[in-house]
Amino acid sequence: MLRMGRVGLLSGLTLAAAPAHAFIAYVSNEKSNTVTVIDTDSWTVTKTIKVGQRPRGIDFTRDGKFVMVAVGDDDTIQVIDAKTQAVVDSLPSGPDPELFAQDAAGKILYVANENDNTVTVIDLEKRARLGDIQVGVEPEGMTISPDGKTLINTSETTNMAHFIDTSSRQIVANVLVDARPRFAEFKHDSSEVWVSSEIGGTVSVIDPRKHEVIGKVTFEIPGLRKEAIQPVGIGMTKDDKTAFVALGPANRIAVVDVATRKVTKYLLVGQRVWHMAFTPDEKYLLTTNGVSNDVSVIDVAAQKVIKTIQVGELPWGITIAP
Amino acid sequence: MIRWLAGLIGLGLAATSALAAEPALIGVGYLGVAGTRSTLSLVEQPAENDGIAGARLAIEDNNTTGKFLGQRFALEERRIKEGEDVVQAATALAEKNGFIITDLPADALLKVADALRDRGTLLFNAGAIDERLREADCRANVIHTAPTRAMLADALGQYLVWKKWSRWLLVVGSHDEDKLFADALRRTATRFGAKIVQERNFEDKGGARRTDSGVTLIQRQMPVFTQQAPAYDVLVAADESEVFGAYLPYRTWDPRPVAGSAGLVPRSWDAAQDQWGAIQMQNRFMKLNSRRMTPLDMQAWTAARMIGEATSRTNSGDVKKVTDFIKGPDFSVAAFKGTRLTLRDWNLQLRQPILLVDGRMVVSVSPQEGFLHQVSELDTLGYDRPESKCKLK
Repeated sequence: MLRMGRVGLLSGLTLAAAPAHAFIAYVSNEKSNTVTVIDTDSWTVTKTIKVGQRPRGIDFTRDGKFVMVAVGDDDTIQVIDAKTQAVVDSLPSGPDPELFAQDAAGKILYVANENDNTVTVIDLEKRARLGDIQVGVEPEGMTISPDGKTLINTSETTNMAHFIDTSSRQIVANVLVDARPRFAEFKHDSSEVWVSSEIGGTVSVIDPRKHEVIGKVTFEIPGLRKEAIQPVGIGMTKDDKTAFVALGPANRIAVVDVATRKVTKYLLVGQRVWHMAFTPDEKYLLTTNGVSNDVSVIDVAAQKVIKTIQVGELPWGITIAP
Repeated sequence: MIRWLAGLIGLGLAATSALAAEPALIGVGYLGVAGTRSTLSLVEQPAENDGIAGARLAIEDNNTTGKFLGQRFALEERRIKEGEDVVQAATALAEKNGFIITDLPADALLKVADALRDRGTLLFNAGAIDERLREADCRANVIHTAPTRAMLADALGQYLVWKKWSRWLLVVGSHDEDKLFADALRRTATRFGAKIVQERNFEDKGGARRTDSGVTLIQRQMPVFTQQAPAYDVLVAADESEVFGAYLPYRTWDPRPVAGSAGLVPRSWDAAQDQWGAIQMQNRFMKLNSRRMTPLDMQAWTAARMIGEATSRTNSGDVKKVTDFIKGPDFSVAAFKGTRLTLRDWNLQLRQPILLVDGRMVVSVSPQEGFLHQVSELDTLGYDRPESKCKLK
């Protein structure tokens, strides 16, 4: 008790002492058809931007000038100018885009199109569609290896992580994981890729060289039925020591020791937690809580939820300005 | 015997790897009855391909996955006409298909199950909701993706009790299946503390479901039929035969909601279900079949997906291997219902949430909050292990 108090105090001090270094977070609200802008200094909502229908996947362009948001029911990805905070353009994404990934240079965008079992490749500068890659049923999770050579796509009904060579745009391996894989995240040293399975209730740890599942993270929360544990979003610290896994209707973020793949702590956040994003200084982790319509702020060092911010209806994705 | 079998499987494996380039063909049969039944609502009239359309979509889904694993699925359909021998048809279908999805009445299904038992064919009951197929008449070679009457009744009952509509006026049709559904509803009322304040029987005196001036007549009949009832919260209709249920909403003497076979209806699936990623599948189904997806379509989809799930997990098309895996403790399947679906190992019934729908929207999904269970909340729907009379053989 005393210890917790001290940690709280410490983080309080840090907050006060730290120079005002505000970041800007953008949250997609699946039901309201809006994007909420949050100032991470005051932890307040500074703007609500009207976007297309069913906004979900959201990410900054590498140069930090634009925010891309997949508006699935409008079959496009809209582009928000971070300066004017208004929608300025849209990308030819293919039908029902949900999540997407961009290469390190920020030139090529890969979009998962759930409705036609493809990943669409887009040239971001020319705003042109370069081609499609056939994958499994209901492609969803997308991530690119730190070296940029491999794109990982997960397909929800096929239950696989597809490893795609970004130069040839061919699938080089398919790794079977547990049911309904939703999100993939590389360790920063490229040694592992973590894939969450929403219905399977696990995170598979895959060796990206051997294309094999080498371990699994499992979750158990006393008093909570197993079916409520539905892992979705994953965030990994830059030192690759700690992973945070959003557990959906379990209303918790699991803190996982990456080396042992064991959960060290469960943090109670809002209801149906989907996705998350770190502030660039990695002091804070923000999570989107779909059913309670809010964003939880986690103090990463203290592993504590310090704040809740009300946003739009069914917040889903989140990105923070680099 | 065991050694012989093991040898056979070994050979099978060797053959598969030798022909790695050639995809393993996995045959799935679909056995149903020709013709469609007539419903009161024209909107609910089933299509000719009700059921198999769902299996077709799952076969497509399985084939998309299968191309990464060297597996190819083929679906063979057979419809029995009046007077045809169901066992003969099933046996012919089993020649090429190790798995058969059925939409058959209970007695026909039992005949088929017993005839194919020694062959090792695995049957998936997608159509029959009869309790006895999972109880006294259960079979070790029949998996049930269709829910049971008790599951449907419990799903509805939990919601009505949660809503505090606990005084029910039960109206029962005169056909056998109406009476079975009424039995299930009575059991539900007892389990969850609802009270059936009165029962009324609606006699089927024959007559057409389509007439030119039907509305006028029905509008006079239904209020009269429901008048002078003791105080009640909700009218619960047991009319699987589609004789009167759909005539009740908005026509009861007292202004009361209707549930059961009309009004708020418990179903395994609905065209309006769009949660938990279901919209993707609804879109795929629409694209393939040019119509909306029914509960029977979903029950057949789930059956074919269970086969695909097991063949991909075991990396095998061997019927014995796949069957063992499906019946084993590690099996589960995702079916757009927000939770993994597993089998009740004591009677091979698929556990599943049940949707409560009004024809336009999904009103709620059971099990309802607060109905607890030590193993799975899904087991608050239907007969539970301790009550089961099933001895699998």
